[in-house]
Amino acid sequence: MSEKTIAQINDDLLRPVLRTTKRFWIAVLLLGSVVAAGVGAFLYQAWNGIGVWGIDRPVFWAFDITNFVFWIGISHAGTLISAILRIADAGWRRPVTRCAEVITLFALMIGGMFPIIHLGRPWLFFWMIPYPSERQIWPQFRSALAWDFFAIGTYLTGSFIFLVYPIIPDFALVRDKVTGWRKKLYTVLALGWRGTPRQWHRLETAMHIMAIVIIPVAVSVHTIVSWDFAMAPVPMWHSTIFGPYFVAGAIFSGIAGLIIAMAFLRKVLSLEDYLLPVHFDNLGKLLLTMCLIWVYFIFSERLTVWYGNESAEMAVFWTTQRGPFAPLFWTMVFCNFIIPFPLLAIKRFRSTITGVVIASWTVVIGMWLERYLIIVPSLSHKYLPYAYGTYRPTWVEVTILVASNAAMGLLYILFSKLVPIVAIWELKVGSHKPPLVRHQVSVVRTSPVGASTANGDGLLTTDL
Amino acid sequence: MRVLYALYHDPDSAQQAYDSLRANGATPGFNERQIAVLTSEPFDGYDFFQQDHKTVIPWIAALGGLVGGVSGFWFAAYTQAVYPIPTGGMPIVPFYADGIITYELTMLGAILATLISVLITARLPDWRRKFYDAEVSDGKILVGVIDAPDTSRAEVEKRLLEAGAAGVKEFLA
Repeated sequence: MSEKTIAQINDDLLRPVLRTTKRFWIAVLLLGSVVAAGVGAFLYQAWNGIGVWGIDRPVFWAFDITNFVFWIGISHAGTLISAILRIADAGWRRPVTRCAEVITLFALMIGGMFPIIHLGRPWLFFWMIPYPSERQIWPQFRSALAWDFFAIGTYLTGSFIFLVYPIIPDFALVRDKVTGWRKKLYTVLALGWRGTPRQWHRLETAMHIMAIVIIPVAVSVHTIVSWDFAMAPVPMWHSTIFGPYFVAGAIFSGIAGLIIAMAFLRKVLSLEDYLLPVHFDNLGKLLLTMCLIWVYFIFSERLTVWYGNESAEMAVFWTTQRGPFAPLFWTMVFCNFIIPFPLLAIKRFRSTITGVVIASWTVVIGMWLERYLIIVPSLSHKYLPYAYGTYRPTWVEVTILVASNAAMGLLYILFSKLVPIVAIWELKVGSHKPPLVRHQVSVVRTSPVGASTANGDGLLTTDL
Repeated sequence: MRVLYALYHDPDSAQQAYDSLRANGATPGFNERQIAVLTSEPFDGYDFFQQDHKTVIPWIAALGGLVGGVSGFWFAAYTQAVYPIPTGGMPIVPFYADGIITYELTMLGAILATLISVLITARLPDWRRKFYDAEVSDGKILVGVIDAPDTSRAEVEKRLLEAGAAGVKEFLA
């Protein structure tokens, strides 16, 4: 519990928008350099063809698709978590929601880019889009890959709107606090927002509807991503639990990504008074829950394969348990369970931000490995032993992977320069108590008035 | 348009001003439409914030979902029927597979219908000069009367001040 006046809240949360520090430029330069390297690697690949990748028969999906699944999973941090917390009316969500929603938008943008890179000839990506082609070739709507287009398109649109609606009042706030070119910019962005009851009611109604609609969309997105695999008769892909297994994994990695982003923002933007240990503790509990669900799914999936003892599936199974992929598999188990479980289950560790952040880092690494281990071992050990293959990434693929992470950081920093990263008006809502009795003031309206009430000095008690 | 208004630090004072302006007796008795309220955050539970509370947006969203779903199914099924791709005994128009496109476009329809109806009913965007005071951004609550008759001007000012305002301002457009 901390006491802040509205002016202090405005100052603290507008500071990153209005003042540019040297630290900001250093971060932009560093991250921008890595992104530039990634763009260079992509152009090199576009110029020379996909022969510069490590993929070869029979492993035609590798890093790009791993990255795609990974980033779509990370995108589940934001809109889904935010929507659930909004519907549950969890008061502690207020400083967290925007940080989370931004992750969704950028992770979807980055994730959605990978299938396009993977095409090899990315400039023909629009062939996926259904349009009345003069060649009379339409996308195959029965293909699971076409479902991705609609699912990701819907989720991206919904997440963008879900993020932007509640930013409008904050744009209006910035508009009122700045001068010069910024005033013009934020006047346009605020869309003429004034804060009439009508505008607030419409905003709240829209957020309620969006929160309800976006949850099933988020679930469908990662389910459909899982069906990209489960619809194929490939060993260890053709599984009925892949939908919920992917959704659980996505939420798991998403929460971890959110915790890392919040810790980063807390430090860089000096938001220690707003992103409190209690927020990390609560998210740590959610992460712990997902950790246990993830273990349940991975055990269930492995157990049924092992018990079925089908030869093609067992070939993939053993290659991950004690074969060439075993080091990666057991690293994944360590990163996703052995390390984070005690860190999150023991209150002494979970109540420290460091403990939760360490657990989150291991989960993010572990979940990337999990995506890799779903794709590559299965493709390299399909039904015909004489056609088994192998895969090693090249510098091009590694550079693009690293650059995608840097792109996330860069977009995040640039966003926090344009928009208050904590929803200011939502924070204020959490700081005032609703009236105990409706019409309470009406009762005394005939009596002499003039004195302000206890909050007349504008002092807020922020219940974070 | 002329607005006489005052700014309040807290919602209880704003509520007092609102009630006072609505109360009959020695003139005022303004109706909801004549009273302007601007805030920097929602104040659910206060009467002054109840203006324009009712909305049909959820129904519009549902309708948008319906339109989206029907057009999604039509879009997929029509395409499959016009450019049939026979695949080993599978139906040309597969209901399971088309169900996914239908589902996604149902949701997209609801989302877009919500967006459009919110923008229209909240009258956004509107960049014309409108009645506003930037002090609202500092957390103050604005309560005022739109086009109050000259005869009741003094009474309006008195009631606004009695509710705890530091002063009364006027906006002319």
